[in-house]
Amino acid sequence: MIILAFLAQTLRIAIPYLFAASGGVISERSGLIGLGLEGYMLGGAFCGAVASYYSGSAWVGLVGAIAGGAALALLYAVTAIRFRADQVVVGIAVNLLVTGATRFFLRLAFHSSSNSPRVPGFGAEQSGTGLASLASNPLIWLGILAVAVMAWLLYRTPYGLRVRAAGEHPEAALSVGVPVDRVRYVAAAMSGMLAALGGAYLAFDQHQFSAEMTAGRGFIALAATIFGRWDPFRAALACLFFAAAETLQIQLQGAQVIPSQFVEMIPYALTIVALAGVVGRAVPPAALGRARE
Amino acid sequence: MRRTVEEAILPALVALLVAAVVGDVLILSFGQSPGTVYRLLVDGTWGNAYGFGQVLYKTTTLTFTGLAVAVGLRAGLFNIGAESQLAAGGFLAALAGLLLPTGLPALATLPIYLVAAAAGGAVVGGIPGVLKAKFGAHEVITTIMLNFIVLALLNYLTAAHLKVEGTLHTAEIHAGALPRLSSMIEAFRGSAANVVLFIALITAGLVAWFLFRTRRGFELRATGLQPTAAEYGGVNVGGVWWQTLALSGALAGIGGLNYVLGYKHYYEESFASGAGFLGIAVAIVGRNNPIGVVLAAFVFATMSQGGLAVNAVVPKQIVDVLQAVVIIAVAASVPEVRRLARRTA
Repeated sequence: MIILAFLAQTLRIAIPYLFAASGGVISERSGLIGLGLEGYMLGGAFCGAVASYYSGSAWVGLVGAIAGGAALALLYAVTAIRFRADQVVVGIAVNLLVTGATRFFLRLAFHSSSNSPRVPGFGAEQSGTGLASLASNPLIWLGILAVAVMAWLLYRTPYGLRVRAAGEHPEAALSVGVPVDRVRYVAAAMSGMLAALGGAYLAFDQHQFSAEMTAGRGFIALAATIFGRWDPFRAALACLFFAAAETLQIQLQGAQVIPSQFVEMIPYALTIVALAGVVGRAVPPAALGRARE
Repeated sequence: MRRTVEEAILPALVALLVAAVVGDVLILSFGQSPGTVYRLLVDGTWGNAYGFGQVLYKTTTLTFTGLAVAVGLRAGLFNIGAESQLAAGGFLAALAGLLLPTGLPALATLPIYLVAAAAGGAVVGGIPGVLKAKFGAHEVITTIMLNFIVLALLNYLTAAHLKVEGTLHTAEIHAGALPRLSSMIEAFRGSAANVVLFIALITAGLVAWFLFRTRRGFELRATGLQPTAAEYGGVNVGGVWWQTLALSGALAGIGGLNYVLGYKHYYEESFASGAGFLGIAVAIVGRNNPIGVVLAAFVFATMSQGGLAVNAVVPKQIVDVLQAVVIIAVAASVPEVRRLARRTA
């Protein structure tokens, strides 16, 4: 029973990571750095909550989240691709933009600087650990599905091949007729939508939007993308691992075995270790962060 | 020459224009008149001594974090870690302050504080530098990841060992508090501006001298322009990488003095509150030029303080949005302007 509760909570924590990391994988494999994931998630959470609140339907909320995430990701992609802006700079600016804009519009829409009113979500009232309430939430299934679909898309479709070509050698891809920019726009939009779904999951799970509610989860997803070496399944495993560590930390809270701050460090420390390549170096897509010549 | 001036000025003008349009739309969406809001913003920042003092205080920290990012970018390195380097600098300075005997004059303690703050930032900046030089780990990701690690570590150390019960900050430091500007100019009373401002301006001058007048600075810039060519020219590129990131971290770290010793006289959890990330914006808008950085820091500080001034009418987060818009507009128009300039040449 304890193990089951542990697994259920791990999955609950992992779902937003799975969404966002799937988005991180497609974006980075196409050559666009996934620094805006945090912003897409937060924007998705906000748009999802607003759409869900005004329509009374969580499904409409999902549509809102997807639209918001796609819009933000396209803003990033247009500046990075069309205007050749530095991807790192714009990625960070998108996060700053969303943090400010969600708080601004929170006051405009709900006259509050901290959180939205209660919004409809999915499934039974969440009890925290119940597997039944988990299974009744379609976003759980969508999150798992996202990983599988991403792997299929990346490795089994012509589009996936083009994405990988665009991320490794855009000029070569272009010379054989791959529309590199278009491939990247689509990849960016997908990453925005996926990360936004992760954000919507958070908002629906808590039945409200609260300011800065993603709290760095987009960066954990980015860490999982890198730690998983830009592969959908390995990134998903990294997400599950990070989520398990968090769950362990929550369950041990009373015991004070390890200070919570040290558990927080795990994803980031592992990512640095992976990049430094102590045991098998993580090598990014060759053209990551570089505009087409 | 004329073209370089245009290249430097045009993106800023574009950004200002875009920000003004977005700002107007946001203000109108809130049912307020843009004129009223902008007047409030100016009145609350440059319009009175207290507001101006607060702007100067914020300019100080942003100058340090902006210089940190700019020095990195000159060497072709993106330091996203100024946030945690700033915090680590403030933390070590506070630690030194708590250990020093009370009542020491500021003149005796200042060198110690400078060294402590610089060391804190340099260690946090140097780690990604070494990881890049030795293992090729990309500094953008490692500095981001280190932000989370270092801030968590500092929070742990503060929470577990140093904090005053019921607060998030350490005990007060009594050794060598740095004087506020209000002790020289009465009108600044109440504002946090302090003498670290002068240290920031001197530092900007020193960084300019280092970058453009010394051999090391030349090697740094050569590495930034074309690392392979620099290597052929006899530059130890790996060495430049880690030393530059350590220097960058040290600059951000010294910025921690502004809050810890110039303002509050204690270290508090998350006092950096985004000043490190805004340093990236300051460096980009200041075009990685020390004088440009000081000016950009002043502009961003004015916006930050201006947000507080207009908060009663429109949410202060309008400033975060506008700052982001400025960054995006500058980042997008710099390459565009450069291309246009080339085409017309």
